[in-house]
Amino acid sequence: MSWFEKLVPSRIRTDATTKRAVPEGLWMRCDGCGATLYRPEVERHEDVCPKCSHHMRMGARRRLDSFLDEDGREEIAAGVEPVDVLKFRDSKKYRDRLTAAQKATGEKDALVVMQGRVHGVPVVAAAFDFSFMGGSMGSVVGERFVRAVDTAAREGIPLVCFSASGGARMQEALFSLMQMAKTSAALGRLRAKGVPYISVMTDPTMGGVSASLAMLGDINVAEPGALIGFAGPRVIQQTVRETLPEGFQRAEFLVEKGAVDLIIDRRQMRQRLASLMAMMTRRPAPSL
Amino acid sequence: MNPDFLDFEQPIAELEAKIEELRYVGDDAEVNIQEEISRLQAKCKSLTESIFSKLTAWQVAQLARHPRRPYTLDYIGRLFTDFEELHGDRAYADDAAIVGGMARFDGQPVVVIGHQKGRDTKEKIRRNFGMPRPEGYRKALRLMRLAERFRLPVFTFIDTPGAYPGVGAEERGQSEAIAMNLQVMAGLRTPIICTVIGEGGSGGALAIGVGDRVMMLQYSTYSVISPEGCASILWKSAERASDAAEALGITSARLKELGLIDTIIPEPLGGAHRNPEQMAGNLHTALAEALQTFSAMDTDALLERRYGRLMGYGEYKEG
Repeated sequence: MSWFEKLVPSRIRTDATTKRAVPEGLWMRCDGCGATLYRPEVERHEDVCPKCSHHMRMGARRRLDSFLDEDGREEIAAGVEPVDVLKFRDSKKYRDRLTAAQKATGEKDALVVMQGRVHGVPVVAAAFDFSFMGGSMGSVVGERFVRAVDTAAREGIPLVCFSASGGARMQEALFSLMQMAKTSAALGRLRAKGVPYISVMTDPTMGGVSASLAMLGDINVAEPGALIGFAGPRVIQQTVRETLPEGFQRAEFLVEKGAVDLIIDRRQMRQRLASLMAMMTRRPAPSL
Repeated sequence: MNPDFLDFEQPIAELEAKIEELRYVGDDAEVNIQEEISRLQAKCKSLTESIFSKLTAWQVAQLARHPRRPYTLDYIGRLFTDFEELHGDRAYADDAAIVGGMARFDGQPVVVIGHQKGRDTKEKIRRNFGMPRPEGYRKALRLMRLAERFRLPVFTFIDTPGAYPGVGAEERGQSEAIAMNLQVMAGLRTPIICTVIGEGGSGGALAIGVGDRVMMLQYSTYSVISPEGCASILWKSAERASDAAEALGITSARLKELGLIDTIIPEPLGGAHRNPEQMAGNLHTALAEALQTFSAMDTDALLERRYGRLMGYGEYKEG
């Protein structure tokens, strides 16, 4: 730096400061403990806060990416895409909401399905994307889920579904309600065939998704702290007009009430599900 | 205002009151006013016809919840004999928001299950306004399995604002109870005939609504969410319920058009509550026809058909 540059007023030096500025979103705040966290470090921890173990919401593709072995993945039913048969329109058109969600997430709808392996154990895995219209279940989610079930049934390999959803998609009206019956019926056939289904409920799993495919696991797993229930806390509060108990509808509450089998920390999900699936299919213990 | 009539029914109520008055006068005085009464009755009929020929979705929603509308037990009383109500889920409690039991339909033994609302305040509270808790769904499930064991067809009658959103209901697994019913009904080895008689409120309705034929009374509704609930979420105002009702397409006519239900059972002029006897007759015809169709089917073929229908639900494109 020359002697002249040292003399000029500070506002002219802004050029230098912008160069040193932190790129947008490199730092983030944990919703659990409020700590400021370095994003790449959080990502290394599978979106779990390294300070307080708060499990943050995770996109569908990222979820499957961190869950499945790197080799031999194949996406299922990616070509199934939404249509707006009802021409539904509230304050916005459903078509526009869809386009916006597709643009924001890079997904066609709220469920992604892949076939692959976990520690060598073959699996069909489905994951909801909560950032796609609240992970709501409409015709595409239902159809993709059924195709996941069909693949698992045909190949005789376990099915795992990570749910994260506010429930049925209102913009598809009764079509979305019927997805509850459709997905539950398909799981009934999988069950009759003796093919394992593990449901992993992540934050949040509510309404029509909770009251269908999510609660029907041979084993029901929850992530720590996940909100899980039929009616939303606000609706219940309006109905009963009293404050809800601490921890109501959280994963730990559901274990206590007997609705889910166990809670698994996301960082152990791969190992523990691989182990469970191997036992359910009477395979040797996977080499972890 | 006559509380037994909805807003849009008030002109009918007024005319009917006038006719009643005239009748009273007619009994009293020796004037022949029969002619005038007949004229007013004809006018009343054409007025009702004209009001009911252009009902909005929101008006239908109100009719589906009409305080005088016949409920499950009203139909059981008119259409079935030898009804024995069976209580409880054998685990926790008996939920009065769902009734069920064994009965005979045209002499044939069947299992009948339905949501039940209350008529007066005390009864409404006892029935929890027709909003079941998990034990209600588990009672229904137990009765369906009983039907399967003894190869009895199942009739279900749907009439609920929805599954109860309460603390206890959540604690006892409302979601699991509904999900399990959906799964078991899809594979139940006996015919299931479902009829929406009033409000088909979301998952709470569907939980006894999976079957071989889904029918709706003409002025009943079936929806993924109540119009008020939808309006408050999507329009941020419950006042927009009538817009939501329209957009959601909750009426029997719209749902038939979309292929989501099979049969519309016509209601008497002015709705089921204006002539419950005639309504029961129409319902009987539809139930008897469905029963005959599905009783004749081989069980495996019946289940394949049911499964195929369930898998067919949904509209999407494949690129």
